[in-house]
Amino acid sequence: MNAPPSVSRSDSRPVSPRVALFATCLVDAMRPSVGFAALKLLRDAGCRVEVPQAQTCCGQPAFNSGDTAHAATLARHFIETFEGYDYVVAPSGSCIGMTKVHYAEALADDPAWAERARRLGERSFELMSFLVDVMGYAPADVKLDTSFTYHDSCSGLRELGVHDQPRALLGQVAGLTLKPLEGNDVCCGFGGTFCVKYAAISNAVVGEKAEAIERSGAQLLLGGDLGCLMNMAGKLKRKGSNVRAFHAAEVLAGMGGGPAIGEEG
Amino acid sequence: MEEATLSFKARAERALADPTLKIAIDRTTGTAERKRAVAMSQFPQFEAARERGKRIKDHVIANLDHYLLEFERNAIASGAKVYWAATAEEASQIVVRLCKEAGAKRVTRVKSMLGEEIGLPHALDEAGIERVETDLAEHIVQLGGDRPSHIVWPSMHRTREQVSEMFKRLHRAPHQEETIEAMVDSARRELRDKFLSADVAISGANFLLADTGATCTVTNEGNAELTTTPPRVHIVTAGIEKLVPSMGHAIAMLRLLVRSATGADVTQYTTFHCGPKQAGDRDGPEEFHIVLVDNGRSRMLREGMKEMLRCIRCGACMNHCVVFRQLGGHVYGGTYPGPMGAVLTPVFDGLEKSRDLPHACTMNGKCQEVCPVAIPLPTLLRGWRDRSWREGLEPAVVRFGLGIHTFVASHPRLYRLGTAIAVRVMRLFSRGGLVRGMPGLGAWTAYREFPAPAKRTFMEMVKDQENTR
Repeated sequence: MNAPPSVSRSDSRPVSPRVALFATCLVDAMRPSVGFAALKLLRDAGCRVEVPQAQTCCGQPAFNSGDTAHAATLARHFIETFEGYDYVVAPSGSCIGMTKVHYAEALADDPAWAERARRLGERSFELMSFLVDVMGYAPADVKLDTSFTYHDSCSGLRELGVHDQPRALLGQVAGLTLKPLEGNDVCCGFGGTFCVKYAAISNAVVGEKAEAIERSGAQLLLGGDLGCLMNMAGKLKRKGSNVRAFHAAEVLAGMGGGPAIGEEG
Repeated sequence: MEEATLSFKARAERALADPTLKIAIDRTTGTAERKRAVAMSQFPQFEAARERGKRIKDHVIANLDHYLLEFERNAIASGAKVYWAATAEEASQIVVRLCKEAGAKRVTRVKSMLGEEIGLPHALDEAGIERVETDLAEHIVQLGGDRPSHIVWPSMHRTREQVSEMFKRLHRAPHQEETIEAMVDSARRELRDKFLSADVAISGANFLLADTGATCTVTNEGNAELTTTPPRVHIVTAGIEKLVPSMGHAIAMLRLLVRSATGADVTQYTTFHCGPKQAGDRDGPEEFHIVLVDNGRSRMLREGMKEMLRCIRCGACMNHCVVFRQLGGHVYGGTYPGPMGAVLTPVFDGLEKSRDLPHACTMNGKCQEVCPVAIPLPTLLRGWRDRSWREGLEPAVVRFGLGIHTFVASHPRLYRLGTAIAVRVMRLFSRGGLVRGMPGLGAWTAYREFPAPAKRTFMEMVKDQENTR
């Protein structure tokens, strides 16, 4: 086991906390730029950031498939990998919702591990909420002349209360204006494995979401979860829409001029 | 019925291909959602009321035996007869027997989802007793020969244009004008004399009041009063979870129920029944029977689903469910659709038959957010998934796949290697920023593009940076 953390959640904002970045499996495999954006933002906010090489998957696919035993195995691996840091931060509300809220359920038969999960949960944060709520960070000198609309991914919104933080951060980007999204808190139909297990239903849901995004009149679609963003960007692309999708962290890190999700990199 | 033999996915695809159904669903659920939102904006004590409602139901469920006996005692004292039914069959048999004993040729029924749950419409039809549905939407369902598709708006699946056509075809003196008022008049002309000539009235109950033995029914059409007043016999069927300690508790629950269901402050009609006609009463039934139905409820209590017994059948969960709003209610295949139905149907029909219901959910949590008694619906749905896994009902390919995934994800170096290979394979199928025609991605790419991955994984690039530093 790693050394115990040097600060606890109840302390005031630590000076230069030691933060582990959990990139998440999707960012790792599909869109590394989100991981680099998160690294930059955390460092700009004054964190000492590390990317533990032992990190893999949070176990949510197993958990939501009912495979609680395998989810518990991956929960133990995650806890061992991350519990030695002051904080663990991920650019995803879905993955942190799993580790912070649901690990205790997955490990319910094992009180000692459930307690370790609970303690790590107290120090686990979705990126946007960590930057604002813990680090009091505001981006400086970021400029992007365009308009965006924002989709609130469900786990971040309902399990972690992520809503105002990304808007506060994006509000600091010069030239960037928000165009509200009708049904911003309505699920996009991704749902992890749901989107392939019940692909036709998922398609109907994301079809309505894509229409709402286009009605917003925004140039960019931003959000905080890559799974949802890939689903919505994939549907927008198929419709031939010109709306371009980015993870909010990319825009905040000044990478909003690069290729959007589904564009040639 | 043909529908019952189709798989969930086949039923879903049929519903998705029906544009008129989608219009009908959006009209009803969209209006319900908007009206509830307005009601909630004018109900600042909602969170406190919700907490109180949750505590009332939890208290009753924790002391169910006490309140059931208190209710029975007081109901009998008021002159009612009380029956206990362990199963749906028992319950519908008791009702049919009571109807036969009353020599009933025609019975009028007030909309009751429990009646649907115990198969009462079918049992009455089988027994050769004429059944008249008096709720307007249930009347439409009966005319159409189908099943309710929503627990509050049973005929949600039909547009008013379709209903107009049906009334013209099947009513004795149908409407001439294409207005809702004229259509309601047409139904009124069709039903009014049947109300007055029925032998037995059958209703459900929204609440059972333990301290008086009274039952409470809410409607917006007044059909509960009109149905239950003229006939000689009134039969109430109710689930045992409908108990509340007293009138005050029922009112506390009503505030939550009505705002969550229709967005109104209170229903047009709130009816209380307590025993048969007494000496000096001007009207009321001569016989008053109450059938208390378990049908899996005590099993839910034992098997870790007690939160579901808080449900007051408002329908808010389905009105706000992205899946329900694409499919409507019939696709769910049980009495209750939507999120609450996906939790309940496996209780009634068995998990093997209804395995899809708890899985066909994105776990977005909106249903729990709007639930007036804060039922953790996603957690309960995941509970069914867990059970389905333990009982071996999940497909072998999923079991195998997750086994491999867990093994690899527990071995970081193997996982790094696997991810790096997967990315390179996807790159082989990528052009113009999208993955095209890759085997295994068909369920995704049938409907939307799959964004191509970067050339190397994040972890590979981070490791390189660290090595060169």
